[in-house]
Amino acid sequence: MMRICSPIVATTFFLSAGSVFGAEPLSGPPVNVTSLQETIDIGVSTNEIAIASNFSGADITVFGAIGNTDPLLQEIGQYDIVVTLEGPTEDITVHKKRRVFGIWINTESMRFLDVPTSFSMASTRAESSALVPLQYGDIEANVDSINLRKVRFGGGSVDVDAFREALRRQKINSGLYQERPGSIRFISGNLFRATLRLPADVPNGVHTLHAYLFKSGQFVTQRNLPLRVVKTGAEQAVTDAAMNHSFFYGAFVVLLAGITGWLASIIFRRD
Amino acid sequence: MSLYLPIAEMSVNIFVILGMGAAVGFLSGMFGVGGGFLITPLLIFYNVPPAIAVATGASQVVASSISGAITHFRRGSLDFKLGTMLLVSGLIGSTIGIGIFAWLRELGLLDLLISLGYVLLLGIVGSLMLTESIRAIRRASKNGPTSLRKPGQHNWIHRLPFKMRFKKSKVYISVVPIAALGMLIGILTSVMGIGGGFIMVPAMIYLLRIPTSVVVGTSLYQIVFVTAYTTMIQATANHTVDIGLASVLMVASVVGAQYGVRVGQRLKAEQLRALLALLVLAVGVRLAIDLVIEPKDVYSIVEGSST
Repeated sequence: MMRICSPIVATTFFLSAGSVFGAEPLSGPPVNVTSLQETIDIGVSTNEIAIASNFSGADITVFGAIGNTDPLLQEIGQYDIVVTLEGPTEDITVHKKRRVFGIWINTESMRFLDVPTSFSMASTRAESSALVPLQYGDIEANVDSINLRKVRFGGGSVDVDAFREALRRQKINSGLYQERPGSIRFISGNLFRATLRLPADVPNGVHTLHAYLFKSGQFVTQRNLPLRVVKTGAEQAVTDAAMNHSFFYGAFVVLLAGITGWLASIIFRRD
Repeated sequence: MSLYLPIAEMSVNIFVILGMGAAVGFLSGMFGVGGGFLITPLLIFYNVPPAIAVATGASQVVASSISGAITHFRRGSLDFKLGTMLLVSGLIGSTIGIGIFAWLRELGLLDLLISLGYVLLLGIVGSLMLTESIRAIRRASKNGPTSLRKPGQHNWIHRLPFKMRFKKSKVYISVVPIAALGMLIGILTSVMGIGGGFIMVPAMIYLLRIPTSVVVGTSLYQIVFVTAYTTMIQATANHTVDIGLASVLMVASVVGAQYGVRVGQRLKAEQLRALLALLVLAVGVRLAIDLVIEPKDVYSIVEGSST
């Protein structure tokens, strides 16, 4: 899924995905500002996460800055930031089991289209906060607001909400959907830092980093950055071989099995 | 230490996989079976997707069966004609099985049918083996060694048409049950990732009345080629063979098997069969429990774009 970025105001901020944030102008006043619209910018030290054979998850740190903020509002904590990392989208089928003749069988299913395969979120506001709730609207700013509206029915059930909730619950339990409310820290002034966790079984493909800025609970603006998760070296070579040269791949596995068994019979030969 | 499986797209603990491979290898060496019926459920218990577990299980059986097959080949204790008949029908069965596998996966019934199939198969084969071996143990304690083969005793199988003579096995039987057995084993290899030795060996002994001296060699000969073929087909048609997982399992299991063989040689044949029957039943019961008890979550999710 690719959300259309909604930059309301042209800013002079330029931030390439691969650059280190510190090299960027942090709070230089934007030229040609027609209104005092707040801005948000983010940067990461890498635009590619490499998965090697010892990959067991990773933390990615996102630096960002907000601009054109009202110092007074900022002082009393009226600005909220949410940073999310959305994985590539896939269709996900949710099956529901029911007992049939004593056995638990998938009887009903529902298919959700274009669902992010992974989702990680960090925000400035702690869950227990008593402030005005953030108005997410159509923004996928936490697990509960992930768009699960595109549905295709598989079996007669109409209880879509139960299936939606089940999808979220399963994703949270497997660590693919996670939330860290209150984990974004302001380093100084307008500079903030967010840490997002990538689980060990993070899906490959193009992920999208989103940074959302809220003022007094209302959405103001957002910024998106692509982040590629790729298998490296041997892992990529194996996947390529398995997909594109599957005959030779299969033959190689069989050969490997043959040699392993044959070597064992020689090494441990006793007769 | 974690190992990332490129095809399963998941991270596993390499020591758990090594342990599984070694344990299954030990048992397969001890009982003279391929171990596919153990490795596949174990991988599924460890959250490896059933499709990957089944396909990779087949490749592990190639490795664990080949050294046994080589040994029997050297000794000449296998019936080529019978083995080749079983093999050809096995290849046909395996091809049909791949089709069934893909079809069940589309219907979302693959996991259920894999579990259900295991429960039925392991339950039936386990109970048959257990009653037979207990009877044998009783007999042995009464009047010494007994032979499984009772020459001259015929059953309905010997009345079927299209008879053929198998010199090495010293039998003259119909090709129909042989082709049926081979095909059944082939289908099971594709759908469930087993070599099928634990079905084929008893079937050859009790139904076809093949002498025990050539049964194991002949079944291993068939298993090596059918599982190799199935691995190839799974790799090309379904892309479900994980080479990382396969190689760790193979190495661990062939090493484990060597120690299993040593322990196995110290036990009596009927005791060994009774133990194997108990093991088969235990795996079946474990899978049955999963089917019968209420799951923690009645919902489950499957990703993928196919309908």
